Amino acid sequence: METRKIELLVGVFISAAVVALIFLALQVANQSSAMRGETYTLYANFDNIGGLKVRSPVKVGGVVVGRVANIELDPEYFEAVVELQISKSFSQFPETSSASILTSGLLGEQYIGLEPGFMDDDVFVLEDGDSIFSTNSAVVLEELIGQFLFSQGDN
Amino acid sequence: MTFFIKIGRNTLNILQGVGAASIMLFQALVGKPEPRKMFPLLIRQLYVVGVQSMLIILISGLFIGMVLGLQGYTILVDFGAEQALGPMVALSLLRELGPVVTALLFAGRAGSALTAEIGLMRATEQLSSLEMMAVDPLRRVVAPRFWAGFISMPLLALMFSAVGIYGGFLVGVQWLGVDDGAFWSVMQASVEWQNDILNGFIKSLVFAIVVTWIALYKGYTAAPTSPGISAATTQTVVYSSLAVLGLDFVLTAVMFG
Amino acid sequence: MDNLVEVKDIYFKRGDTLIYEDVSVQVPRGKVTAIMGPSGCGKTTLLRLIGGQLKPQKGSIRFADYEITELGRNQLFEARKRMSMLFQSGALFSDITVFENVAFPLREHTNLPENIIATVVKMKLEAVGLRGAGKLFPQELSGGMARRAALARSIALDPELIMYDEPFAGQDPISMGMLVKLIRSLNSTLGLTSIVVSHDIHEVMSIADHVVILANKTVVGQGTPEELKRDGNDLVQQFLRGEADGPVPFHYAASEYESDLLAGGQKK
Ligand SMILES: Nc1ncnc2c1ncn2[C@@H]1O[C@H](COP(=O)(O)OP(=O)(O)OP(=O)(O)O)[C@@H](O)[C@H]1O
Ligand SMILES: [Mg+2]
Repeated sequence: METRKIELLVGVFISAAVVALIFLALQVANQSSAMRGETYTLYANFDNIGGLKVRSPVKVGGVVVGRVANIELDPEYFEAVVELQISKSFSQFPETSSASILTSGLLGEQYIGLEPGFMDDDVFVLEDGDSIFSTNSAVVLEELIGQFLFSQGDN
Repeated sequence: MTFFIKIGRNTLNILQGVGAASIMLFQALVGKPEPRKMFPLLIRQLYVVGVQSMLIILISGLFIGMVLGLQGYTILVDFGAEQALGPMVALSLLRELGPVVTALLFAGRAGSALTAEIGLMRATEQLSSLEMMAVDPLRRVVAPRFWAGFISMPLLALMFSAVGIYGGFLVGVQWLGVDDGAFWSVMQASVEWQNDILNGFIKSLVFAIVVTWIALYKGYTAAPTSPGISAATTQTVVYSSLAVLGLDFVLTAVMFG
Repeated sequence: MDNLVEVKDIYFKRGDTLIYEDVSVQVPRGKVTAIMGPSGCGKTTLLRLIGGQLKPQKGSIRFADYEITELGRNQLFEARKRMSMLFQSGALFSDITVFENVAFPLREHTNLPENIIATVVKMKLEAVGLRGAGKLFPQELSGGMARRAALARSIALDPELIMYDEPFAGQDPISMGMLVKLIRSLNSTLGLTSIVVSHDIHEVMSIADHVVILANKTVVGQGTPEELKRDGNDLVQQFLRGEADGPVPFHYAASEYESDLLAGGQKK
């Protein structure tokens, strides 16, 4: 076969691969700006993180603003310390904000829901390295059932 | 006793083979680059190795994606979780099936052809004749084929995944009625550029090196007879498939473990 | 006499089979040297040793200023730029046309412009009577044509030393005569040194300046054709006259014929 035709077909081959890559990048992959660009770190302590994992999303009102970067156990208080990476474009959370571990749907993934608190003159804005004090742990099914039975017994 | 002797001998043989193959690759790739001579050869091999494997990759990708869509739907619908079809199809393709199935198909389609071609060049003294013309067959024959394989396979894997996801979309959304928006948006929420696409791409780069390398080495050292070449071709397919599956486990453990 | 190639006391084994014992061969510069000997005696092997594709266990092989047995990979390629070899099988590249095959060494080792390459290739193809076959692929040629195409390729660069492994095999009398003249004239007009391996005694004796006869793992006769004809060695005489049996056995070494047959089913 002549050289020109081969060159043409190789060109088509490479372009097809580029199109595939663009498709994967734009249509398939995560588009939220949360993980790209600049981020800052917040910490939150939970008694129980349930099924939360590294890379689980952090959402405000359902919108992803960041991801769980790391999960450790505090050796003193035996609490889970969760490191959150939040996009710099959402940097105005007041220190009165609260973090809860929630579940999307009945069987869905667990994620962290951030609830922005009230803003006041003597309320600071959370900055890189700060901790969120008000947290709600994951709901564990067994505990829930236990509580339910317990309260039934009371009646 | 004989059992241990066998183990010992096989281990030594394998080590010797790996050593010889490394030397071969080293001599082929290291040295003064000659882009003006290499480029036309590379283009030609990209055609043979890449373009000619494209059709089988695209068709297989489409079918595997459609099967994933169908199977995934029937499983997920029982849990009322058919919105998760998108990420299921996309993640299985990007992380596993794209790189692995592409590598297996590539070993069967292009790898075996490379082995047979080079083995036949050896048998018909074309390699000797190159040597006598003061042209190094490692640089002239082996190197362009290696680079072509190294470049082609990751590109083929990208195409495989893309077409596969489209196949999943066809079955899941167009045929079975999963919500169009949910399919893509849930997929986008869980597929990540670095963790899924990039890692899958790295996997296929590793597979590309291994499969092309095995194919070239087996061809270059094939016994110059018809049974020799046919045995070498078989070995290429068997060894590269085993190497791909074994390495896939290791890479998966490192990347996603 | 000035020798371009000098093989000295080599000892060569292939696996367990001994092929040469103390073989010494001189190839005078600018002359045609013929190598003859019974089939399987190691003529091709000798050419490969000179080309550095095989290494003898003992002995030295000098080509021009190179000691072939001691060269590294890169030096060996340097040395090979000054020689070329016509393989017994032809060994044409099957993925390119005859024209491209002949052009190959030119493209590889020179920077000649395309029109000069085309001219040279056509001249070489004309010399072997294949100018019309340039567009064909090797598999479209007959055995004899493929051999001639390969010959054209091996003389493309006019190297100092050309080794022909059976150039006349499978040629009709006309092309054979043409090839004989071609080899002779390359030699006389360009002063190239040639080594010709061939069984065609008359043709070879007519063009050779120097003849080497190999048999029984060693050199049995060496000299000009006239010297050899007068040689007292039985082996040499048997070979030159083409007698069926004599000191040189026609058969590959084997056990006694009758006992082998009588042994019946047992394989030996
Ligand atoms: N690859 C090989 N491995 C082992 N032995 C070989 C190999 N090639 C050739 N031989 C042996 O080496 C000897 C010499 O072979 P060679 O090809 O040099 O013979 P030759 O003189 O060229 O014969 P012919 O005239 O038939 O071409 C033979 O006895 C053959 O059995
Ligand atoms: Mg021979």
